[in-house]
Amino acid sequence: MSETGIGAAVRRKEDFRFLTGQGTYTDDINRPGQLHAVILRSPHAHAAIRGIDTAAAAAAAGVVAVFTAKDMAADGVGGLPCGWQIHSKDGSPMIEPPHPALATDRVRHVGDPVAVVIAETKAQAREAAELIAVDYQPLPAVASAAEAQKPGAPQLFDAAPGNLCFDWHLGDKAQADAAFARAAHVAKLDIVNNRLIPNAMEPRAAIGEYDKATGEYTLYTTSQNPHVIRLLMGAFVLHIPEHKLRVVAPDVGGGFGSKIYHYAEEAIVTWAAGKVRRPVKWTADRSESFMSDAHGRDHATHAELALDKDGKFLGLKVSTIANMGGYLSTFAPAIPTYLYATLLAGTYTTPVIYCEVKAIFTNTVPVDAYRGAGRPEATYILERLVDTAAREMRIDPAELRRRNFIPKDAYPYQTPVALQYDSGDYFTTLDKALAAADYAGFARRRDEAARRGKLRGIGLATYIEACGIAPSAVAGSLGARAGLYEAAEIRVHPTGSVTVFTGSHSHGQGHETTFAQLVADRLGIPIENVEVSHGDTDKIPFGMGTYGSRSLAVGGSAIVKALDKVVAKGRKIAAHLLEAAEADIQFKDGKYVVEGTDRAKSFGEVALTAYVPHNYPIEELEPGLDESAFYDPKNFTFPSGAHVAEVEIDRDTGIVELVNFTACDDFGRIINPLIVEGQVHGGLVQGIGQALLENCVYDPEGQLLTGSYMDYCMPRASDVPSFAVSTNTTLCTHNPLGVKGCGEAGAIGAPAAVMNAVLDALSPLGIRHLDMPASPERVWRAIQQHSLAQAAE
Amino acid sequence: MPSSVRMTVNGKAVSGTVEPRTLLVQFLREHLGLTGTHVGCDTSQCGACVVHVDGVSVKSCTMLAVQAEGAKVTTIEGLANGGLHPMQAAFHEHHGLQCGFCTPGMIMSAIDLVKHNSDPSEQEIREWLEGNICRCTGYHNIVKSIKAGAAAMRGATK
Ligand code: FES
Ligand code: FES
Repeated sequence: MSETGIGAAVRRKEDFRFLTGQGTYTDDINRPGQLHAVILRSPHAHAAIRGIDTAAAAAAAGVVAVFTAKDMAADGVGGLPCGWQIHSKDGSPMIEPPHPALATDRVRHVGDPVAVVIAETKAQAREAAELIAVDYQPLPAVASAAEAQKPGAPQLFDAAPGNLCFDWHLGDKAQADAAFARAAHVAKLDIVNNRLIPNAMEPRAAIGEYDKATGEYTLYTTSQNPHVIRLLMGAFVLHIPEHKLRVVAPDVGGGFGSKIYHYAEEAIVTWAAGKVRRPVKWTADRSESFMSDAHGRDHATHAELALDKDGKFLGLKVSTIANMGGYLSTFAPAIPTYLYATLLAGTYTTPVIYCEVKAIFTNTVPVDAYRGAGRPEATYILERLVDTAAREMRIDPAELRRRNFIPKDAYPYQTPVALQYDSGDYFTTLDKALAAADYAGFARRRDEAARRGKLRGIGLATYIEACGIAPSAVAGSLGARAGLYEAAEIRVHPTGSVTVFTGSHSHGQGHETTFAQLVADRLGIPIENVEVSHGDTDKIPFGMGTYGSRSLAVGGSAIVKALDKVVAKGRKIAAHLLEAAEADIQFKDGKYVVEGTDRAKSFGEVALTAYVPHNYPIEELEPGLDESAFYDPKNFTFPSGAHVAEVEIDRDTGIVELVNFTACDDFGRIINPLIVEGQVHGGLVQGIGQALLENCVYDPEGQLLTGSYMDYCMPRASDVPSFAVSTNTTLCTHNPLGVKGCGEAGAIGAPAAVMNAVLDALSPLGIRHLDMPASPERVWRAIQQHSLAQAAE
Repeated sequence: MPSSVRMTVNGKAVSGTVEPRTLLVQFLREHLGLTGTHVGCDTSQCGACVVHVDGVSVKSCTMLAVQAEGAKVTTIEGLANGGLHPMQAAFHEHHGLQCGFCTPGMIMSAIDLVKHNSDPSEQEIREWLEGNICRCTGYHNIVKSIKAGAAAMRGATK
């Protein structure tokens, strides 16, 4: 391994600009003549709009324009499209209500955009927005999906009776019932997966620009996938042909899913820039982010696991109500369905699984993918059920898992829920995690804690992910309205340095380093000679962007494919220069060598020849050394892992302290271990945040109670320990790098591991279940209730 | 009523005409074009905006530009001349940043910590970062970076 090659902990190339304050985030960009937009948002969860009077706002100082839905409709602007279609059990398509960029006659959640003011300064726009008089007629509202599906609940859309978007299922119910009929034991849980607010630290922002001379539009936006935004906004919303629309996602300050979607503000500033013929900038205040960034999770589930007398899993039944919010966000329907139910086999051989999901509209912010997206929800149910069964059957939780793991020699392994796992080794991964966590020594630590008056618990979770989304044809057959390949272009310059153009987007993942490592390693050139370019649709090939831990598995594979083409063309050129047969030339360490001789041409010499083709096989070969490739994955990749959490609970305050966290993960081949560990750490804290701290709360009338950092509890440095992370590698068998993806692992394994630890600590009190987050108040109440109950007995 | 304000930013005398309500962070970003100082919230909680005012870390979203009249302000851009401050170098070496959005505030906070406590423990670092939120790194490598940065700063001042 070279110092910068595959497997080396190369320090990041992109760091310097971020460390010195020279990154360029969207809000750092200012265009000549730029105006500022402020969006007026609904204060009501549900209301009819009877009229909007913008006259006073339009006359206010500095105001250039005030627009409402009427103005957009007059220009033929369309609604925000949904990119995934689900069909219900009965074969009918999901209900897909219109989602206008600015509300027309009704608002459906607090924060729903109603009007936009465009002014010389942001302060002027803000003041003018307060002068807009909206005549609202408040309507009854509902925030909880469980409530919204009941008869008599407030209705959001005439087209969606019972607020039902779809009623979907996967698996064979009759087979599952038969398996349950044979069970020696059935573990049951009613379980909530709490709603989360993604909270990337950079608030969303967008700048629209219109060039009068060329008729071209440019949108700078905080996006994880600029080409997806160009396609959706250009083709469906604003009807701008793609050759007249450029979308730039510059440095982006974290995404975690929330910056995948096409948001109203992007369309509003782009369209408005054309109307006022000046650039228009919008930057969210954090309070706006809370009420307009797509939220995550929000499931209520009943789940049952059937086991035989030895603890072998016989069947699993899961029934989930998923909260979609007030409209369908871009990929919302895929999350509680194909990214959820298909993961319910987990790491186990459960032979039959049946899952049904009702997706329900409510008066809340739309819900979509958030780090893990469906997979944390599936893992949480499964791993909580396994622990529940272990406790009820008095089997050690690690042992119960081992009895049900997919055997090492069973790959490729076909699950009953559509996926085919290509590789894995859950036994070794678990053993490594348990050893690192000193699982065997836990009893001693528990007794020691008890002497200090603390309740100590340990909890495990194993998980499987499906990453590297996805084979386009498979995704299409499941309802995706897009392909899910990735694209790359390798541009070799005449003097042998290289620019890589990738459709993947880095918003913290370090692609500029990892991808450069790939290229430097393959071409045998110094990593300093490789530049990675991403995020600008005018530069990069049509790519699908970054989410679902797909960048290396899909985007990296596209780069490898393009590199193969570069090397192959270079071989032809070298053969000509060396007057040897192409078949006799080997490419190694940056040199084309005639096999068995010391005659060689360096990669740089070949590159120069390609661009200065004086001595060149010009009849057979075009000059130049640029190659591009699209890679469509053959399957998902299946990262897996075992996480172990250890907590101590203070009986008097209910405070849960996470004292240890150990993770062992299988991500396939690792290109840069430093970056991979960083991804794990970040994911873990988001998962721990869900388990212990974070919770998006609406009151029953749909008012958002956690609309700022004062109310929404973000994990801080003092809430978490340092982590012990390691890896156990089995290679992905179907992509050229053998990589699986690491971005979401932490957020998937941690919630179940932490909650299992909390419940282990509380089990001596007879507490069987708690929903996340295990906040001091909830834990304290549970302790009080059970202590009282025990005292009464 | 616009008022004029003068201060020294990163060693240079600057002045401008601002509204009384203009925040220091707005003055830095919008008037001076120093966009390394970020805005991550509107409730003074996230710490993306931390700068030094007369040598002390301050959330620049919580201070009016006019309150910094006559002060010496240092932003992330002014920490080192072309190279990296030892704390910046430590964040690079220990992968203490991912998206980079919280990073300027983290580094400005960390340097102030080391001024107060030249050899902070892990616990002291974590507690000091109470007012700085990072959503990417899980803090693990930030804590490591600050430990290493503190050691480097001790070495540099010896
Ligand atoms: S911007 Fe969040 S604390 Fe200043
Ligand atoms: S590095 Fe992204 S918020 Fe800290």
